[in-house]
Amino acid sequence: MASIESIQTLLPQVRRDILRMVHQVNSGHPGGSLGCAEFFVALYQHVMDYSTDFSMDGKNEDLFFLSNGHISPVFYSVLARSGFFPVSELATFRKLNSRLQGHPTTHEGLPGIRIASGSLGQGLSVAIGAAETKKLNNDKYLVYSLHGDGELQEGQNWEAIMYAAGKGIDNLISTIDYNKQQIDGSTDDVLPLGDVSAKLEAFGWNVINVEKGNDVAAILAGFEAAKAASGKQKPVAILLHTVMGNGVDYMMHTHAWHGKAPNDEQLAIGLAQNEETLGDY
Amino acid sequence: MGLKEYTYTEKIDTRSGFGVGLAENGDLNDNVVALCADLTGSLKMNAFKDAHPERFFQIGIAEANMMGIAAGMTIGGKIPFTGTFANFSTGRVYDQIRQSIAYSHKNVKICASHAGITLGEDGATHQILEDLGLMKMLPGMTVINTCDFEQTRKATHAIAAHNGPVYLRFGRPAVPNFTNDLPFKIGKGILLQEGIDVTLVATGHLVWEALESAKSLHNQGISAEVINIHTIKPLDDALILQSAKKTGAVVSCEEHNYLGGLGESIARVLAEQHPTPQAFVATQDTFGESGTPAQLMEKYGLNAAAIVRKAKEVLAKKA
Repeated sequence: MASIESIQTLLPQVRRDILRMVHQVNSGHPGGSLGCAEFFVALYQHVMDYSTDFSMDGKNEDLFFLSNGHISPVFYSVLARSGFFPVSELATFRKLNSRLQGHPTTHEGLPGIRIASGSLGQGLSVAIGAAETKKLNNDKYLVYSLHGDGELQEGQNWEAIMYAAGKGIDNLISTIDYNKQQIDGSTDDVLPLGDVSAKLEAFGWNVINVEKGNDVAAILAGFEAAKAASGKQKPVAILLHTVMGNGVDYMMHTHAWHGKAPNDEQLAIGLAQNEETLGDY
Repeated sequence: MGLKEYTYTEKIDTRSGFGVGLAENGDLNDNVVALCADLTGSLKMNAFKDAHPERFFQIGIAEANMMGIAAGMTIGGKIPFTGTFANFSTGRVYDQIRQSIAYSHKNVKICASHAGITLGEDGATHQILEDLGLMKMLPGMTVINTCDFEQTRKATHAIAAHNGPVYLRFGRPAVPNFTNDLPFKIGKGILLQEGIDVTLVATGHLVWEALESAKSLHNQGISAEVINIHTIKPLDDALILQSAKKTGAVVSCEEHNYLGGLGESIARVLAEQHPTPQAFVATQDTFGESGTPAQLMEKYGLNAAAIVRKAKEVLAKKA
């Protein structure tokens, strides 16, 4: 388990990875990736108990499922920096014959990935299935998942939200990246989500709000509360209030960088704001 | 050339073969789990549910969620069998199957009852005639359409032992149960009747009709070879080609749209390797309607009489 200090050291490096990956192929999704960098680093460096000797079945270890697969840059960076595959492989992101596809997939056998995601709204059902299997296997480890807030517009989520509460899936901690932005604009402009916290609670979930979703200490406190709430016949949600594009000033507080790569000049500005701490890939 | 005689002791629905096969597999393998979207009785899943309640998952009327949960349950070694009507097993959840099951290569068995027009009185909203096409187009998906109770039971065992996603299609009407003594192997067609003039390649409920039509053709001096293709994908190309080379004329028989079904798969094989005149016993790019199964099979040209007509048509085109 990494210290908060070492997590803080890793963070600017992950942001550099994200920026350099999407810049190199002039495509990909930096905004949501940056907004969730602290979440991923905390999850993989401190919260989850897992083996980097990857097995698809993942028995007797914690599992993570990314539902909003477009934020693959942060997922790939943190998986590589956590030891799942060589950091140098980040240079193949979105290129021909790469294991690092635009959206995560099991198809090319990249260690750390257990389901394809990208078509939105499917990850919660998958995470619930994995949690059901852990129960059948008497496997006491937990299942974690991450979802975009705009993704909640997909109806399948609400089928899954109803199921998880109705069937007492209490070995699942699902986080919603609550940045209130999506491709076409703010969630309020595109399709208002309403009171997400109240909706989840009304469905029967235990909801933990993390107001400072880009603060590592606050995220870790949220996970501690979530773990403490697990095992009590209710699924647990973390509503993670994040800022899209966090850590690169011109990308923050806007949906503009949801799916757009920086040019050379913009890359330089972003890199200047994030120190190379562990060596670029 | 004499006709092989096929007999049966009872007519019974193919879905019951699935129900028995599922329960047997539940007894044999602790990793077999079953998921149902509020159609437990219709899918004959009660025997499994009663014997293994801890491994039965009632999902409710939420098929998309069911497909995702099934995909997730494979992680950790379970072998999920999903059960709902064919329409809700395919078209309704195509993207969930495509991404979470097929592309992710999850070991999910999608078991689909009430397929085709023989669903009957419920009408076209429930009578899917496009499912074989949808499913066979997914890379890595095995697609099976069984013809009677016993073949469905055996297929349920075979897919439990097979590693990879499978679509198993069966139905509602009671049909002759005649395959007790026949083997079942995924991807291996069955030569039911040897003949020299025309090849009838049938799947699902049309297999018995094809056998009946062969008798009728025999009485008219036409020798029909009858092949049961239960596995639409991977297709038993060799068996079909061997027969087409012998007879020089093929009739494909299926309870499905002629676009996207078994017939098109056969046409591809023939076009590539041995161009042969072919006729299609299938629905003609149309939706179904309410009626009894027998009335519908007659109206939409899916019975023995229709196969005889098509056989004569294709024979007229033989070189």
